Amino acid sequence: MTPQQLPPGARSLLAGRPEHSNLSPLSVHSMTVAYNRKPVLWDVDYDAPAGSLIAIVGPNGAGKSTFIKACLGLVPRASGVVEFWGQPYRAARSRVGYVPQREAVDWDFPVSALDVVCMGRYGRIGWLRPVTRGHRRAASVCLERVGLGGLAERQISQLSGGQQQRVFLARALAQEADLYFMDEPFAGVDAATERAIVDVLRELRSRGTTVICVHHDLQTVPQYFDHVMLINMRVVAAGAIGVAFTSENLQRTYGGRLTLLAEASEAVARAERGS
Amino acid sequence: MIEPMQTPGVWEILTLRGGHNTTVVLVGALLLGVAAGVVGVFAMLRRRSLVADAVGHATLPGICVAFLIANAMGVEARSLAVLLPGAAVGAVLGLLAIQWMTRATRLTEDAAIGAVLSVWFGVGVVMLSAIQGMDIGNQGGLKSFIFGQTATMSERDARLMGGVALLSIVAVLVMFKQLRLVAFNDDFAASIGVRVALVDGGLMALVVMVSVAGLQAVGMLLIVALLIIPPAAARFWTDRLGLLALLSGVIGGAAASIGALVSARMDRMPAGPAIVLVAGVFFVVGMVAAPRRGVGAGVLRHLGVRVRVHADHTLSRLRLPGPHHVASVMPSGVIGRLVRLVLARRGWIRSEGSMVALTDAGEAAAVLAERRRRLWQRYLVRYADVAPSHVDISADAIEHVIDPVIVATLEAELAAESSAGSGA
Repeated sequence: MTPQQLPPGARSLLAGRPEHSNLSPLSVHSMTVAYNRKPVLWDVDYDAPAGSLIAIVGPNGAGKSTFIKACLGLVPRASGVVEFWGQPYRAARSRVGYVPQREAVDWDFPVSALDVVCMGRYGRIGWLRPVTRGHRRAASVCLERVGLGGLAERQISQLSGGQQQRVFLARALAQEADLYFMDEPFAGVDAATERAIVDVLRELRSRGTTVICVHHDLQTVPQYFDHVMLINMRVVAAGAIGVAFTSENLQRTYGGRLTLLAEASEAVARAERGS
Repeated sequence: MIEPMQTPGVWEILTLRGGHNTTVVLVGALLLGVAAGVVGVFAMLRRRSLVADAVGHATLPGICVAFLIANAMGVEARSLAVLLPGAAVGAVLGLLAIQWMTRATRLTEDAAIGAVLSVWFGVGVVMLSAIQGMDIGNQGGLKSFIFGQTATMSERDARLMGGVALLSIVAVLVMFKQLRLVAFNDDFAASIGVRVALVDGGLMALVVMVSVAGLQAVGMLLIVALLIIPPAAARFWTDRLGLLALLSGVIGGAAASIGALVSARMDRMPAGPAIVLVAGVFFVVGMVAAPRRGVGAGVLRHLGVRVRVHADHTLSRLRLPGPHHVASVMPSGVIGRLVRLVLARRGWIRSEGSMVALTDAGEAAAVLAERRRRLWQRYLVRYADVAPSHVDISADAIEHVIDPVIVATLEAELAAESSAGSGA
């Protein structure tokens, strides 16, 4: 959990930035991403505060998933620098975990829940080594933490949508990372799963882990998260909930989408009452 | 080089007494089938089955060019050592063309595959006819690469085929973990540092190896069947990847060796179609008969659901004041007869002539079914956003599907509602 010191001789590319610190698990500087000449993210600057739960919020097509994928190098960046604890992703990879969108995979794939969770250990197992019993044990502990202890041998197509989402979360836990990117873990899940995910997020925070989470439900943002990043192709606002999650910022993020705004202002009001 | 094979009887071949050559060819075909089955599983899961088809077709121009070059240099042009590398080069060029087209243009992959497959093959056929028009000796065997011919295989050819097949099986075992990870979730694989392009490249290399190795025995047109059908057939039977690969290998091996046997036995029968037909039998059997994933199981499952739903409806109709005529409470036809059979078996109804009534046990069952239905309806209304994926109206108990806390809440609501209703 303590940030790694840079190896001697290596210098963070962002060290000159005033607001930047090597303590930050994620630092993004003037990142631009484009698909086929169409820009998706413009000039994004962001420093994630360590040990907090951060929501990424914005309308459809705002580039929320793209932000995560560009940070992880899964889509090419047109420009910009991304650093993790002052290091490039390649050097920090073992400390970063990723939960893709549930729709990203074929759930009819012939593997069991435990097989999927074991994939979270592959980074430390290496190319030619088999998955040992120790790794499988670690993986089943992660399944128990998300409340799926009894379903380890179940084929993944036999799980409900919420259970599938929890399998993904367990795989991320098996990575034992210090920073997590989660792409819509709450999308379309049942109440039991939502509770299980929130519990896990809080447990992670209590250990000093940082979680960056694409989140759709504006109502629960103040309840589940400490920080928020509002994006719509660029960063509209970012900061602690009390500072950045205001109706004015939401208006600027979502434009004139009124139904959403009514929902949002309600959530903001609740956040203000809470603080 | 090409010695016409004497044709021993099937029994002699099966008991490995059909002559050394036949035995070697058979073992080679067996290994090839196993390798194709095992490699094919990952090609299928990674959705690369059609690319494998293009690979097969794309070998033809490579073979022709290799033949011409070898002939010009005065080397023995019919030798596999010359032709197979040519085939591999042709296949790899085809693959690269597909990859380049999908990246550089807006064509989708299927269009690129179709274009490469037909153009490469067309070029190959043109070259083949040109070669046949030339005065070059020893070219007759070239045509056998299209449909495959085990009857003309020499022992050396068979050993080569078996060796390459064995090598690909070992390679799959070594890469198993990575292949599975990339096929399931490539983005996650990339995020933990797996080089996805390298793993995909490895898989494609294996497809090329198997296809080229099988050219002589199965032929370029149908080698793809050996890569696709065994995995698809095996998928009906299991949800475990390890078992799937094993089963697919067994089916592939069985199809290849049986087909090769038939082709070796009948001089004019090309091996490719014989092998594909045997594999097809495995596929059809799995499709029809497999439990859970098969068509037959699907029909039965659907029938079961219909009977359950109609039985529920019948129970609630029978709770209304009687007497009840069978025709007025039960559906007609097969379903109706099944419903009546099921309810009578459980002792829930008794019938006299064409009249039916609930028994005491039936009354209790009807009450339970009613409660279940109400709970589900309430659940659908309350949790509309997540509900549809969970709903199973006639499941035995809602508690098996839905979180118990939610069920308790719903029941409390129902109870409050019905007491308010009786008060009014």
